[in-house]
Amino acid sequence: MSGSRRTIAAPPVSPETKPFWDGAAAGKLLLKRCEACGEPHYYPRAICPFCGSDRTTWLEASGRGTIYSYSVFRRAPIPYAIAYVTLEEGPTMMTNIVDGDLDAIRIGQRVRVRFTPTDGGPPVPMFAPA
Amino acid sequence: MSIKGKAYIAGVYEHPTRKADDKSLAQLHAEVAHGALADAGLTKADVDGYFCSGDAPGLGGLSMADYMGLKVRHIDTTETGGSSYVVHVGHAAEAIAAGKCNVALITLAGRPRAEGMATGTAPRNYGAAAPDVAFEFPFGPTVVNQYAMAAMRHMHQYGTTSAQLAWIKVAASQHAQHNPHALLRDVVTVEEVVGSPMVADPLHRLDCCVITDGGGAIVVTRPEVARALERPRVRLLGAGEAVKHQAGGRIDLTYTGALWSGQSAFAEAGVRPTDIKYVSIYDSFTITVLITLEDLGFCDKGQGGKFVSDGNLISGTGRLPFNTDGGGLCNNHPANRGGLTKVVEAVRQLRGEAHPKVQVKNCDVALAHGTGGSLATRHGSATVIMERES
Repeated sequence: MSGSRRTIAAPPVSPETKPFWDGAAAGKLLLKRCEACGEPHYYPRAICPFCGSDRTTWLEASGRGTIYSYSVFRRAPIPYAIAYVTLEEGPTMMTNIVDGDLDAIRIGQRVRVRFTPTDGGPPVPMFAPA
Repeated sequence: MSIKGKAYIAGVYEHPTRKADDKSLAQLHAEVAHGALADAGLTKADVDGYFCSGDAPGLGGLSMADYMGLKVRHIDTTETGGSSYVVHVGHAAEAIAAGKCNVALITLAGRPRAEGMATGTAPRNYGAAAPDVAFEFPFGPTVVNQYAMAAMRHMHQYGTTSAQLAWIKVAASQHAQHNPHALLRDVVTVEEVVGSPMVADPLHRLDCCVITDGGGAIVVTRPEVARALERPRVRLLGAGEAVKHQAGGRIDLTYTGALWSGQSAFAEAGVRPTDIKYVSIYDSFTITVLITLEDLGFCDKGQGGKFVSDGNLISGTGRLPFNTDGGGLCNNHPANRGGLTKVVEAVRQLRGEAHPKVQVKNCDVALAHGTGGSLATRHGSATVIMERES
């Protein structure tokens, strides 16, 4: 990887999602799980997108997953890999694949979360080869 | 209630400009409105329903009704990105069937080229209140790299190739050479498409649509109005719309909302894919067309790559002629929203008014489909099926 790094925009934090970002700052990847239907979801919401219950609670994910799909954006000033990673807990999330050769990324590859600093906000969950 | 046979497309217009440095956005909307009304043989005074979307300036429908001096009793500003105008056709038919209006005007306009907008290659931030932004924007999602992820997954799961995707652009370019207004009129080969610079793996520059200014308009009327006009009559048979999203993280990039909007439209129209003589398929990228054709039932899931190959989408030689104006890939993608021009070319085909080199013989039933948003993860899908009334 080159020495120059792209600037990562800070995620806007809302009262609904503040625990997620507090967790990120502590190195924890949090999901929401619904106590009514038992299903985990992502991105986290106060109201379960499956059954509509407001009994959703935070769940710490293992941080392990596999790449569902990805694309290396070649036209960017500093090329980067956007991806969807399917977590061990089930949900699939948008992220970046970092800390490896962009040309070696493959669908199905096992990856592990790596929190990455942002421009004046909490860190965001990116993933690196496991 | 069904819309089948309850409304007609009486007028269509596509603005000839592709770069509107000398025109305002409101002016473009008004020019296309008057163009479509003139095409129908109607005037502004006949309009009693108005439809527009997020490309309209200011307060949208209110600002444009004010600018154009419209007196309406029905207004609809449904926003589903580039599919909005195909949704509007269905909504206009519903409103007409319910007696809420007689003559519905739909307009689209924009000037992203004149404004120097980095349409597909800059991450778009819809604002901190959009619930997805915090969980997506930091990762640099652009229009092109999100569609690219759908293409990458399709290739992985079904063995689709870049050369197969390229055939979609090749077919569009074969058609665009006959359209004097098309932005890109040069015929290209599969080799040229796959040899063009990579933008976002696996999408090359020539897998991407053009960026153009301009717009278009559609006039939908009740049957009595259409029958009193001098133009060939195009009757709406069926319409379907759907929203596909991430389903709380159960993301599947291999299909789109066309699976649902298509089923609704075909059921209402009472026709099957084999009855369709011409299709206008939203073509923001080549992959958009391939997945949509599968979802609409023109081939089995995963077989889109084979289906589009070897010129199968080229008018005169292929089994399913598509986007005979050159589509968004070559002709026009006004305001970064291609749904409206999809309906316009389908109407030209049904009227027998497409360019003679691309006119489909005996074109009696046609389909137009719009896709707006990020493919398979948060988009609107809309399908309309129309027939020529002889």
